[in-house]
This record gives sequence, structure tokens and C-alpha cells, in this order.
Amino acid sequence: MILLENVTLTYPDGDTRVTAVDHVTLEGRPGVVTGITGPSGSGKSSLLALAATLVRPESGRVIVAGTDATRLSAAGATTLRRESIGIVFQQPQLLPALTAREQLRVMAELGGRGARQRRTAVRGRVDELVDAVGLSALADRRPAQLSGGQRQRIAIARALVHEPRVLLVDEPTSALDSARGGEIMALLSRLTRERETATLLVTHDLAHRDALDETVEVIDGRARLLTSRRS
Amino acid sequence: MYVAWRDLRFARGRFALIGAVVALITLLVGFLSGLTGGLAAQNVSAVLALPGDRLVLQPVGGASATFADSEIDDTTVAAWRGAEGVETVTPVGILSARAEGSGATAGVALFGLDAGTTLAAPSDDDEVDLSTGAATALGTAVGDSVSIAGSTYRVAAVGGDLSYSHLPVISLTTAAWKTLDERLGGSGRATVLAVSGTAAWDTVAADTGTVASTPLSSLTALPTFRSEIGSLALMIAMLFGVSALVVGAFFTVWTMQRAADIAVLKALGASTPALLRDALGQALVVLLVGVGVGIGATVALGLVAGGTLPFALNPLTTVLPALVMVVLGLFGAAVSLRTVTSSDPLTALGSTR
Repeated sequence: MILLENVTLTYPDGDTRVTAVDHVTLEGRPGVVTGITGPSGSGKSSLLALAATLVRPESGRVIVAGTDATRLSAAGATTLRRESIGIVFQQPQLLPALTAREQLRVMAELGGRGARQRRTAVRGRVDELVDAVGLSALADRRPAQLSGGQRQRIAIARALVHEPRVLLVDEPTSALDSARGGEIMALLSRLTRERETATLLVTHDLAHRDALDETVEVIDGRARLLTSRRS
Repeated sequence: MYVAWRDLRFARGRFALIGAVVALITLLVGFLSGLTGGLAAQNVSAVLALPGDRLVLQPVGGASATFADSEIDDTTVAAWRGAEGVETVTPVGILSARAEGSGATAGVALFGLDAGTTLAAPSDDDEVDLSTGAATALGTAVGDSVSIAGSTYRVAAVGGDLSYSHLPVISLTTAAWKTLDERLGGSGRATVLAVSGTAAWDTVAADTGTVASTPLSSLTALPTFRSEIGSLALMIAMLFGVSALVVGAFFTVWTMQRAADIAVLKALGASTPALLRDALGQALVVLLVGVGVGIGATVALGLVAGGTLPFALNPLTTVLPALVMVVLGLFGAAVSLRTVTSSDPLTALGSTR
């Protein structure tokens, strides 16, 4: 469903370049939560940025739902994200002017080709997703009127409302206490199975490792499989 | 426009503020436009009503041609009448004087021209046609008498709201005007020729030592018009500039404040054209509401002030400034679009190190 194949990414650092991702191969499969762990600065978020088609690798390929994202233009990558990728950011990144329900409906208003069909499909799923994350009673509230955990739940629902094949999650529990963090991880695990998404989840917190089907450790830009319940 | 509408509702205080600023600037522009139009009408409506494709003036003593100094002798009139492509030549004399009616005296502009042209003129030398402004100022009606420089004339007709140099117009025959002009120390020569046809205007003008311009261009030959309207037009132009700057500054700051949201939307897959439509659409809504309120207030104020001020209320002084405000405002708002196009979706993901 998503395959990062021998990808390398470097960043300029003064006169030299720093290698953030070093020849990493990583696969995300439908219904599987793959955790990406590692210390700060190890390259976890860079790996996620590559998977999200937000940056292009120097070498290697990123295959999302059968499409080689490294061959796409910026507009093509945007279309791929709109159609096939759901992203949950470290902070919920909700739009302050929109209610919880509208945060999901906005996914139907992102423009591009097929906007009309997408609008109909997404609008039909909004209430189902709000219900799935347990926030039907608060659907008309704005972000400022929700708790941190509730905001993160809406962010998860938003990432899934357009039925992406790939779900990318960046440190979803970093701003939550342990109990709320556990709930969010369990929710992500359940939704991944129910919706058959290939989920890549970046976390440095292994307190909720039960929610992860596989764990890949990244150190100095290199990845290795740590644990797998599916092997 | 999905996010734009909700932003407008969410931040209604801020948008109401910029909308009010746009409305106030529009009110100023509209009021100045109406005043400019009204003053212009008082200044030049009689000139614009003269018949002809070109108005011909003759400079005196090497100076540039003006209505105040121009004098056209019979030779020049004959030369224009004989020029190829010229169909009609109407000599018009223009003179300022005081007139006395049955109720009052007032300064008036005396236009001497023959009957049968588009500008009303009497057929007898002892008759005058009065503009409504002149009739009101002199307190006279058709059949009453009017005295000018010792001669008495019967009012043959009242009509048209024509003015020249802020004076209401009285029309006389060419002969009657000539007599009056000579009595008041003038030469009795026509001031301007109203010429129709398809002549080689510049060639004939050069051959006759005259200046031929369209009625509209000839207005610059009225020194009072140039200074009066020029100042007001400059103020209007500056207000247009201020409006574009204010709208541009507001939307630039607003869009910069929303830069993080724009990055998130891009990361989620929003197309840049959709985001640009959203941003410009939002600006258009603010401008339409602000300009609409401003023009509405201008019309209301114009209707009230029209009785005491020279205020012209027409599409040229309302719809045109409103359109210019909207277009310039959109240009100003377009400056903020750079933030939309340059916003990097990667920033939504936080640090990538």
C-alpha cells in the first residue's frame, strides 16, 4: 500500500549536507500499524515527510497506492495526498474558524479534479467518522471548545474521512497525558483495522506499544525492524 | 469559498472593521465624485451641449487657446466654412454679464448663436432663451422681460440646466450678442466655432491658426475647469490608491496570520488554485459589502445634499467609482496571494529533523 524503497534524504547544513534518511526501505500494509521510533533527530519525521510526498528523496522511490510519487510534479503529489493519504499531525492543526464537523467537511472542499464527486462522498461519511471517534455530541463545537484529546480525535477523523489507503501519524500522543494517549493509540489501532489503511505512526513514546503491529527503529537515518506481530 | 465564508463569520469583528474602512473610503470617493460631477456640470455643461464634432478656438497673442481669450474673425470663419469635409460651422459668442429679471439680478453667461442648433437659441433679436438656472436666479418665466446692459429682452423659452463657468446660461441671437459684446467693450467676434464634418481637422486648424479639439478635450481650455476638477480628481485618485493600500495591507497581514492554516490545508491536499480562489473570494466579499454600503451612503447623502450643493448623482459618479474601488481593492488583496502560493506544506509537519 505504501513502500519507501531504498530512499535517501539529505538537508543542507552550512557548507555540508546532513543525511536525514539513509537508504531506508519501509513498507506499510493494509490494516497494519507500523510504528517508527527512535531518538530526537534520528530521521523519523523526515521519513514521514517522504511518505507524505511533502519532500522528494535524493534517491529511491516512494510508492503510494501503486503510484510512484517521486515521478509526480508538486501538483501531482498534492492530488495524491488529497486522494490516497491521510495525515494526523503532531498538534491537531485544526482550523480555528471551523466546527468539529466542518473540520471533516473541509476535506471535500480542497479543489482539484473530481471535486464534485468527492464532495458528495465525503459529506456522506462525516457523521459516521465523528461518531466513530466518539464526538457526535460535540460536533458543532470549535477547536477552542474542545480538549486536547478531543481535538486529536477530530484530527484522526479528518485524516480518514476521504477513505485514504495510507494513514500517516506524527507523534499523536505527545501533547496528551498517559490515559488520553492510550485512548488515541487504541483508536488509531482500531480504525486502521476497520478501514484497512496502511498506517505509519511516528512516536518516541513506547508506553503504548501494544497498539503497534510492527515497530521500526530509526537511528541516524537508518531503519531496522524491531518487532513484528505479523511476521 | 468553504473556509473563506467560515473565516468571515468567525473573525467578523476584524472583517467588519476593514469593511467599514472600505465603506468610508468609498463614501469619500463617491461624495467627491458626485461633487466633481456637479461642479463640472456647472462649469462646462453648456460647452458640451454645443453642436459639432470639433470646437475651434483662436489663440490670441501667441498664448495657448482658451475660451476666455479666443476671438474668431470673419476670415477664419469663412476659411473653416470653405474647408474640405466641413459640413456646418456655427459661430458661438460667449460673454459674462449681469442680468436683471423681474425678481432679482444675477451673473449670467450669454451665449450668442443662431437658432436651429442643438443648443436652444431664440429666433428674434429682442428675445432670449433662459436655462432653468437663469430663470430661477432672475425670478422670471416665459413672457417676462430681462434686462442686460441696458437692453430689454422678452423671455421666449425656459429649459435645460446649462451652465458655463458656474453661471447659468442665457442664449441670444448672434446679432443681439454682438451688440451686447460691443457695448460691453468687446470686439463682437465669436469666441468659438462649433464645426461638424469629416475634415482633416489638424490641417485646417494649422492653416487657419486655430486649435480644433473635441468638445471633451476642449474643456482643458477652460482654466477654471482645469484647476477645479484637476484638484478634485487628484484627491479621488489618491483615495483610490489609499483604498488599494489599506485593503492590500489588511489581507496581507490576515493571510500571514493564516499561513499555518494554509500550510495544513496544502499538506492535506488542497490545490493552490482552490486556496487562491478562497483568498480572493474572501477579499471580493469584503469589498462588495464595504463598497456597497459606501455607495449606498453616498446616494443617500447625495439626495439630501443635492439641493444645496452642486452634486451629480449618476452612474459615472456612483457605479464607476464603485467598480474602480473593487478592482483596485482586489489588486491590493492580490499582493497577499504570495503568502498562499509560497506557503510550504512541510511546515505543517513540524521539524523534519
